[in-house]
Amino acid sequence: MTTATVTPRRPATESAGFGRLLFAEWTKFVTVRGWVIAMIVSALLTVGIGIWAGAGTHGQPCGEILPNGQTVGGACASPPLGPAGEMVTDSFYFVRQSLPGDGTVTARLTALDGSATPGIAGGTSALQSWAKAGIIIKASLRQGSAYAAMMVTGGHGVRMQYDYTHDTAGLPGGVSAAAPRWLRLVRSGDTLTGYDSADGTHWTLVGTARLPGLTTAVQAGIFVTSPDWVTNENASPTLASGVFDHVTVSGSGPGSQWTGQDFGLGAAYNPLSGGYRQTDGFFTVQGSGDIAPAVRNAAGGSSTADAGITGVFAGLIVALVVGTMFITAEYRRGLIRTTLAAAPRRSQVLAAKAIVIAAVTFAAGLAGSAAAVLLGERMLRGSGRVIFPVGGLTEARVIAGSAALLAIAAVFALALGVIMRHGAGPVTATIALLVVPFFFTGPMAVLQGTAADWLLRVTPAAAFAVQQVLPAYPQVSNTYTAQYGYYPLPPWAGLAVLCAWAAAALGLAGFLLCRRDA
Amino acid sequence: MEETIEVAGLRKRFGRTLALDGMSFTVRPGQVTGFVGPNGAGKSTTMRVILGLDAPDRGQVLVGGQRYQSLRRPLTLIGSLIDASALQPGRTGRNHLLWLARSQGLPGSRADAVLAQVGLETAARRKAGGYSLGMRQRLGIAAALLGDPPILMLDEPFNGMDPEGIIWMRGFLAVLAAQGRAVLVSSHLMSELQDVAGRLVIVGRGKVIADASTAELLAAASGDRVTVRTTAPEAAITALARAGASAAADGPDVLTVSGLPAGRVITVLSESSVPVSEVSAHRATLEEAYLELTRDAAEYRAAAGEAR
Repeated sequence: MTTATVTPRRPATESAGFGRLLFAEWTKFVTVRGWVIAMIVSALLTVGIGIWAGAGTHGQPCGEILPNGQTVGGACASPPLGPAGEMVTDSFYFVRQSLPGDGTVTARLTALDGSATPGIAGGTSALQSWAKAGIIIKASLRQGSAYAAMMVTGGHGVRMQYDYTHDTAGLPGGVSAAAPRWLRLVRSGDTLTGYDSADGTHWTLVGTARLPGLTTAVQAGIFVTSPDWVTNENASPTLASGVFDHVTVSGSGPGSQWTGQDFGLGAAYNPLSGGYRQTDGFFTVQGSGDIAPAVRNAAGGSSTADAGITGVFAGLIVALVVGTMFITAEYRRGLIRTTLAAAPRRSQVLAAKAIVIAAVTFAAGLAGSAAAVLLGERMLRGSGRVIFPVGGLTEARVIAGSAALLAIAAVFALALGVIMRHGAGPVTATIALLVVPFFFTGPMAVLQGTAADWLLRVTPAAAFAVQQVLPAYPQVSNTYTAQYGYYPLPPWAGLAVLCAWAAAALGLAGFLLCRRDA
Repeated sequence: MEETIEVAGLRKRFGRTLALDGMSFTVRPGQVTGFVGPNGAGKSTTMRVILGLDAPDRGQVLVGGQRYQSLRRPLTLIGSLIDASALQPGRTGRNHLLWLARSQGLPGSRADAVLAQVGLETAARRKAGGYSLGMRQRLGIAAALLGDPPILMLDEPFNGMDPEGIIWMRGFLAVLAAQGRAVLVSSHLMSELQDVAGRLVIVGRGKVIADASTAELLAAASGDRVTVRTTAPEAAITALARAGASAAADGPDVLTVSGLPAGRVITVLSESSVPVSEVSAHRATLEEAYLELTRDAAEYRAAAGEAR
C-alpha cells in the first residue's frame, strides 16, 4: 500500500494569484497538442492562401503601365511616383510654354464637355465629374513631377490641386459661356498661389502651395484631362474637351511659343488621344487621363506590396475554432468544474483564458501575416508585377493589425463559447459575423454598395479595415470597395468595432459565468 | 483552524425538483465520513455546493471555517474528486495535474509525487482519453491530493473499480484518515464503505436521515434479535411464541427471534426439548441498517415514478 506523507503547508502568495491562473491556462493550452498544431496550421493557412491569392488574382503579368494604373503586356515599366513617393497618374493634354522665373498664368474657361471615345467598346461620352480643365505650373516634363493647378471640374466646381494629393475647393458650379470661370496661378519662387473669379475683375484666393525645389524654369500652360469611367467590373478611358480664352502667361521669355503635348499618354497603348486647336484667341483642348494619386479598381493590374495579407481570413477560421474550443471543451467534459473549484474567482478565470488565447492567436497571426506579406511581396517583385509602394509603417500596421484581428476575434469566440457552452454555436456565429461579411464584400464581391458598406461598419468584419493600405481620395472617382482593398472605416476604427463586440460578449460571458451553476 | 466541512441548512431547487431540503452535517478530521443515500438523494449537489460550484438557495457551507469563494489556493485546503471523467482526452495525466498544480502555485514535482501515491506513474505520460475508468479514478484521487489538503472529498470513488481497486481504495482512505485528514466519501452502496467509514451521514430526499458513528448505527439496526439454528424450526416457533417472543424463519433451519434475550431463548428451547445447534446475537449488516433507514426515501421515489 502506498503511504502518504503530509508535507509542510506552503505560504500562500496572495499577490501572485492571477499570475498563477495565467500560468495554469497557458499550461492547459500548450498541453493539448491539437490546439498547438492548429495554431501552426492557422499561420500556414494565412501564408499559403495569401500567396496563392496574392499571386493569382491580383495583378496581371508585368507590362507597361497606363496612366490610370493599368498595365499592358510588354516590358516592365516603372509607374510614376509623386513627390511624396506615392504611385500617381500623371497624364493630360498640355498646351504649354516655358516659364523661366516668377510669373502669372491666367485663363478664362467657357466650356467643359465630355467627348465621344472612339475605339472604346462600351465607353461613355458623358462628362466625368472629376474631368479637369484649367491652368497648371509643373516642375518638369517628367511624369510625377511637382505641380500646382487651378481647374474647373465636371461636377465639383473650381478646385486648386497640387502634388496629386492636395485638393482645395474654389467657386462652386459648372461652367458655360454665360457663367465662365477665370483662373489664375501666381508663381513666386517655389510658392504658387491660386485665385478664381467669375468676371476677371474680382479675384478670390483659393489656396497657396509650396513646391520645394521649384527654383529653375518650369512649364506653364493650360490642360484638359478626363479620368477613367469606373464601374464594379470595368474601367474605361474617357475624353473631355475644354474651351479657353484670355490665356496669358506673364514672365515667359520673349518669343515664347505654345506647344501641345499628349503628356504621359503614348498613342501605342491608348486609343484615345487629345489635341488642341487655337483660333482667334480661343483654345479648344481635348484630353484624357488624370492628374491624381493612383487608385486600385477593376482595371487595376497593380498589386499592393501586401497582397499576401488576403489569406488572414483562412487563419482566422482556425483561430475562431480554437478560441471556442478552449472553453467549450471544458464544458463538454465537465472540466469546467475542476477549473472553477481550483479558482473560485470566476471572472479571473475568464480573464486568464482570454489573455492566453489572445496571446497565442496574436503570435500565430503575426507570424502568418508577416510571412504572407514578405513572401508575397518577394514573389510579386520576382514575377515583375507592378506594385503599389507601401510605407514600412503601413505594412507594419497591416501585419500587427491582422494579428490583433485574430486575437480579438478569438477572444470574441471564447466569450461566445462561455455564453453558449457548446462548440457549434460560437463557431457558426463568429464565422457568420466575421468571415462571411468579409468574404462576400471582399474577395467574392457579391455584395457591394450601401449594404456592403454597412456590413463593414457594424459587423465585427469591420476589423478587416486594418488591412487597407491605399487611402481613398475624394478627388478621385473610383469604386472604393473591399474588393479593391478599400473599407468604409479607418483601420483602427474598424478594429475598434470588433473590440466592442468582443468586449460586450466578454462582459455577458463574465456575468453568466459568475451567476450560473457550474 | 478547525479543518472541517460544515454544511448548514442547504436548500436548493432545480425547476420543480427540490434537490436539497435542509441538508446539514459536519465532516470532522481524523476519520472517514461516509455520505450515503440512494441516487438522487442530493449527495452530488451537496458536494457541488461545498466546492462553490452550485449556489444554494438558502443555507451555507464553511470549509475550514471559510467560505469557499474566499479561498485563494483552495486545493491546499480541500482536495476533491467529483467527476473522474472530467478530463481533456488529448492531455496526458501528468499534464492534467501540472496545470492544476500551477493554478495553486505548486511545483511540478507535486504532480509526480501524487502520481506515485496513486500508483499511476507508468500511465502518467499517456493521453487521459485512453484511461480506463479505474485509472481515471486514480488520476482524480491524485488531483485531490495535489495540494496535500487536510480535507478530502470524493464522490463515488469506487465507481468503475475492480475488486482489487476497491480494496486498495479502502486502505488508501483509511491511511488518509489516520493521517488526521477529514475525509468525506459518498456512495450509493453501503457495502463499499463497510469497515472504512467511522461515521455515516445517511441522506434521502435532500436531507439527512441519520448522522451517527458506524458502531451506533449497527447496534441500532441489530436491535435485540437472536439467531437460532435448529433442525425443528416449527417446534421452536411454537415454544418461543408461548414464551412471548416472535420468531420468523430466515432460512430452512434458521430463525430470527425478537422479544427475548439470547439467554432466555436457550432456556425456553431446552425446556421444550427443541434441538438447537447454534444461538447467537444477530449482527446486522450496514446494508440492512441503510435499507431500513432509506426505505421511505426509496418508496417516495417509486411512488413518484408511478404517478408520472
